[in-house]
Amino acid sequence: MATGIKDKVAIIGMGCSKFGERWDVGPSELLAEAFEEALLDAGIERKQIEAAWYGSCSDPISVGNSAIPASMALRLDGIPVSHMENMCATGSEVLRAAAYAVASGAVDFALAIGAEKLKDTGYGGLPFVYKGTFNDLWLPLGSTPAGFAQLAAGYRARHGTSKEDLKRAMAHVSWKSHQNGMLSPKAHLRKAVSMEQILGAPMIADPLGLYDCCGVSDGAAAAIVTTPEIARALGRKDMVTIKSIQLAIGSGVESGTSQWDGSYVRTTRAAAQKAYAEAGIKDPRSELSLMEVHDCFSITELSTMEDLFVSPDGGAVHDILDGFFDRDGGLPCQVDGGLKCFGHPIAASGLRMAYEIYNQLQGRAGERQLSNPSIGLTHNLGGVPYLGIAAISILGLHGGK
Amino acid sequence: MSTTRTFGITGFGGYIPRLRMQRAAIAAAHQWMAPGLRSQAKGRRAFCSWDEDSITLAVEAARDALANRPREAIASLTLASTTLPFADLQNSTIVAGALGLAPSVRTLDVGHSQRATTSGLIAALRQSDAPALFIASDRPRGKPASSQEIGFGAGAGAFTLGSDEVIATLLASTSRTALFVDHFRSDGARYDYYWEERWVRDEGYMKLVVEAVRAALQQAGVAAAAVDHFILAAPFKGVASAVIKKLGIVPEAESDSLEADCGYSGAAHGLLMLAHALERAKPGQTLVLVGFGQGVDVLVLRTTEALASFAPRRGVGGALADGQNHDAYLRLASYENAIELEWGMRGEKSIKTALTEQYRSSDQLSGFVAGRCRACGTIQFPQLTYCVTPGCNAPRANFDPHPLFDEPAQVLTHTGDWLSYHPAPPLYVGFVQFEQGARLLMEMVDVGAVGLEVGTPLRMVFRVKDVDKTRGYPRYFWKATPLQA
Repeated sequence: MATGIKDKVAIIGMGCSKFGERWDVGPSELLAEAFEEALLDAGIERKQIEAAWYGSCSDPISVGNSAIPASMALRLDGIPVSHMENMCATGSEVLRAAAYAVASGAVDFALAIGAEKLKDTGYGGLPFVYKGTFNDLWLPLGSTPAGFAQLAAGYRARHGTSKEDLKRAMAHVSWKSHQNGMLSPKAHLRKAVSMEQILGAPMIADPLGLYDCCGVSDGAAAAIVTTPEIARALGRKDMVTIKSIQLAIGSGVESGTSQWDGSYVRTTRAAAQKAYAEAGIKDPRSELSLMEVHDCFSITELSTMEDLFVSPDGGAVHDILDGFFDRDGGLPCQVDGGLKCFGHPIAASGLRMAYEIYNQLQGRAGERQLSNPSIGLTHNLGGVPYLGIAAISILGLHGGK
Repeated sequence: MSTTRTFGITGFGGYIPRLRMQRAAIAAAHQWMAPGLRSQAKGRRAFCSWDEDSITLAVEAARDALANRPREAIASLTLASTTLPFADLQNSTIVAGALGLAPSVRTLDVGHSQRATTSGLIAALRQSDAPALFIASDRPRGKPASSQEIGFGAGAGAFTLGSDEVIATLLASTSRTALFVDHFRSDGARYDYYWEERWVRDEGYMKLVVEAVRAALQQAGVAAAAVDHFILAAPFKGVASAVIKKLGIVPEAESDSLEADCGYSGAAHGLLMLAHALERAKPGQTLVLVGFGQGVDVLVLRTTEALASFAPRRGVGGALADGQNHDAYLRLASYENAIELEWGMRGEKSIKTALTEQYRSSDQLSGFVAGRCRACGTIQFPQLTYCVTPGCNAPRANFDPHPLFDEPAQVLTHTGDWLSYHPAPPLYVGFVQFEQGARLLMEMVDVGAVGLEVGTPLRMVFRVKDVDKTRGYPRYFWKATPLQA
């Protein structure tokens, strides 16, 4: 019987580049920025890394396909380096791969790194995605915001929420992340916006306005993992271990059957149940110290609060408007600004979320440090609500939860 | 109930695009250089949305004519038009696929003249061998600021032909050829080149047409005064009344030119008017249909008792009433490709079709055919390798075909996407929930001022999915549209 990976893997080094419109550097330099910080943090040398997973989603505008360009960029000579792509959940996927390599006993040190150079497309928003020769013949075009905007229609129909109430709760989600982003030196967007600005912004995909959408950024993030025994031998205090990493991927049930009403993200619910079971969490609302969730759009964060079983069904609107997820609320969410303001270089985001939890747990979060957090959750969502890749990681202080 | 075995028309239908442009808006846009257009500024003209063309109009007209009647017996399909999207790729084959006709159907495209539709109908009626479908479809383009741009429309008429339940028989037909060049459009040209209207009327309609109609009536043994419906489509006003007067046909017999809410829909217009006239005709009446273009075709038709028991799904009258008002002239100009707008880099995405894949999946994509799993009963689209229902996952070999194009459906989720490249922003997209359980993400088109809500009733329409501009290849698929425009 499988026992999961709880406390079998320790994170000993993490790095994160400055996110934003990095006109000054290319994808290789972004990778190096995150890599060097992680290596320094881990206190090991490049040659000690025995396996690496590299994530990127937009090959034409990044270093290129396969793992070779990343291996060249970081000079990872003669070790297995794998290229991973699983849409916006890629950053969590590379962490899972590296963690499994350590947990299996295959290697002592593994690297997980993700980077995206989105600002080399020449236009705003995410790059083109190709859906394969068959889907291309029938699936409508549609931007990522259009995929997530539909959650609002489904949510309103299910809960009878008025357009105005939902829009106001969504606006609070973005307002809060802008407040938090101001305290994050590496964040892409570091200015406050008013509720009026958010509510009055131009429409991107009804009802999502400009400020309901996250930043599209360049950036990279990395993690180096090992066993708790080695971490202890290296003298790590406040050791952060992985309590769980779980994924759930859509198989077409939402998009092809009547078993979904359009109001929630089914894959997030499935991944959350598995992640809480692996980590031994019974009541996330009271047990978790903080969360970094996939707020690609304000409506996604709103739905996620229910999909993670933190808010009751239909209760996220009130929790959000009550400030429960603000940095001084009951369960702070996106204390670093989230995708909304820290930015969203696709394959780096899952690792960026882990970076914030990791720093918060070790008391290294500077101005945005919360008091005595012991366990945090990352939620990283790829695809669209109805065909998604939900990745949930739970990280905690070793010996804690 | 008719017991004769005469071959004839057994059903009819029509389609006019929902989009209607105020002619006053067209005239106002050109006021600075063509103030004379003001005289044509009454009413509205129908125009194709960016994703409609002579193929999609044809499919909708045929669906109207076929209503719920079985399609398996249709042995041939003729598509007549002067504006078919493909020069070498049989357009009627695409129509046959969308209509779910049998693979054994004999398909044929005819065109190259405003008379193609009447000549084609005569040929199909005289062939009289097996149940047939004849569709006339056209979307003529007028150059900006021309009287064609403001006067033209778009539409399609469809007719089922056969020997059972014949609603109208061909009493006589005559044809004349004459190289009378009232207008022409050479290969590859975008617009027609027209000669002076007065000459076309005096030498063309008033002589060639009048003579041909006289000959046809004589052949049919019908007196001019006995004609109940006279159908002569012309790209400019007053022609039919003048011809009727000269022939001695009663003025009440002149069929509605559909000018008020459609406009001249090119080669299809006569047959669209015929379908409209048949909606109003009574059993035992005589109809005369005239086609004009490098000569003349005249068909003399007589309705039977069976006419009373046929009704198209909604008919030309229904299509006329289902209009959506527009007054932004540049929308028309853009949809007609008369101007090139800046669509941004998102419009640069490559849309290259894997023709191999298109062929492999045509069985489910052309006719919008879902699969019904025999193991669990789930109706699903697309049909993938295994049943979508968790715990069932039966192989596709267990699916029975279940076409979705006529299934009742409604909006489950929706949004208006302003970010994606789309020729008619916003791109309305959302999940369509079919009553019997199938669901899929679809584009929603012809959304009016009312917009969309969860639960808005929808029907399916065959449209251009997108266009590969680099290679000049349009692709077709089904979209959803609100029942109320």
